[in-house]
Amino acid sequence: MSGVTHTLVIVLLVALFTFFTRLFPFVVFGRKGEPSHMVRRLGDLLPLSVIAILVIYCLKNTTFDALSGFAPQFIAIAVVAALHIWRRNNLLSILGGTACYMVLVQYVFV
Amino acid sequence: MKELNFAFKRTIPILLGYITLGIAFGILLQQAGFGWPWALLISTIVYAGSMQFVMVTFLGGGISLLSVILMTLSVNSRHMFYGISFIERFKTLGKARPYMIFSLTDETYSLFCGTTFPSGLNEKKTMVLMSAMNQCYWIIGSVTGNLIGNIIPFDTTGIDFAMTALFVVIFTEQWLAADSHIPTYIGLFSGVICLIIFGPGSFVLPSLILAVALLSGWTVKTEKADEKEPREKEANEECQE
Repeated sequence: MSGVTHTLVIVLLVALFTFFTRLFPFVVFGRKGEPSHMVRRLGDLLPLSVIAILVIYCLKNTTFDALSGFAPQFIAIAVVAALHIWRRNNLLSILGGTACYMVLVQYVFV
Repeated sequence: MKELNFAFKRTIPILLGYITLGIAFGILLQQAGFGWPWALLISTIVYAGSMQFVMVTFLGGGISLLSVILMTLSVNSRHMFYGISFIERFKTLGKARPYMIFSLTDETYSLFCGTTFPSGLNEKKTMVLMSAMNQCYWIIGSVTGNLIGNIIPFDTTGIDFAMTALFVVIFTEQWLAADSHIPTYIGLFSGVICLIIFGPGSFVLPSLILAVALLSGWTVKTEKADEKEPREKEANEECQE
């Protein structure tokens, strides 16, 4: 596969399966009526676990050999969480944390 | 048109968020070597914030198509449960229904959950407008970010942290709202253990499987405890320590 075709295939697959995840409950539970109590409960709780795993995913390349391998992301994460607990404003927390991280990796832990 | 007016006012917070995050996505994509047509295509047909950030790491190559599929299913698995809240409400949408299901992002979902529609308003029309406007913001942001990516006058190294920040915000939000932190601990535990065992390249799927297994076990256990109510509280307190 050439470069462009390969990229296109990846984009189409991601699009298709993203739509599939959104369509899933409408197809599975839409016909049979209400999902079971257990499915509902798992549905409520699973996002909590998945988001925790995604945070780990973002940190997967962290190394502990040098301060610069882990300090910027851990400090910036603390800033995001603190900003968020303080103001509960998504945009402020994301922008503040990202700016902090950019300063840390560009100027502090070079 | 009052529906348009109402929909715009309600979506302003999303306008700000999507334009900003969209720009970050556009810049990332540009840094990975993909121009604005790709930003336009991806934001139009994929339209999933966190997944689009993750997929930039796929485009460089080196990942199997099966991993792409599994990763998409895992990152978006939470969407499998969003729709449950809208099965009844979306039934009346007619032709717009497929689009409304397609465009049910985290933000649109939370917007619908938190909106009460005034009685004079056509609710269906307003919901469709809100969804469509949100996607427009996202597309405009990503294309803009991609175009200005190489003329931005400052060093953008580290801007990819926006994705981490997005997840940390959702994490914090959930942490503050949750009755129990056990599901979060299960996620953290599964993620860290599988990262150590399988390494950064292939730990997400095993983590998810482990998390679902542990969570099911824990759910069954607390369900049983629910039946014998006095003991449940005790168990929960023990777990939280």
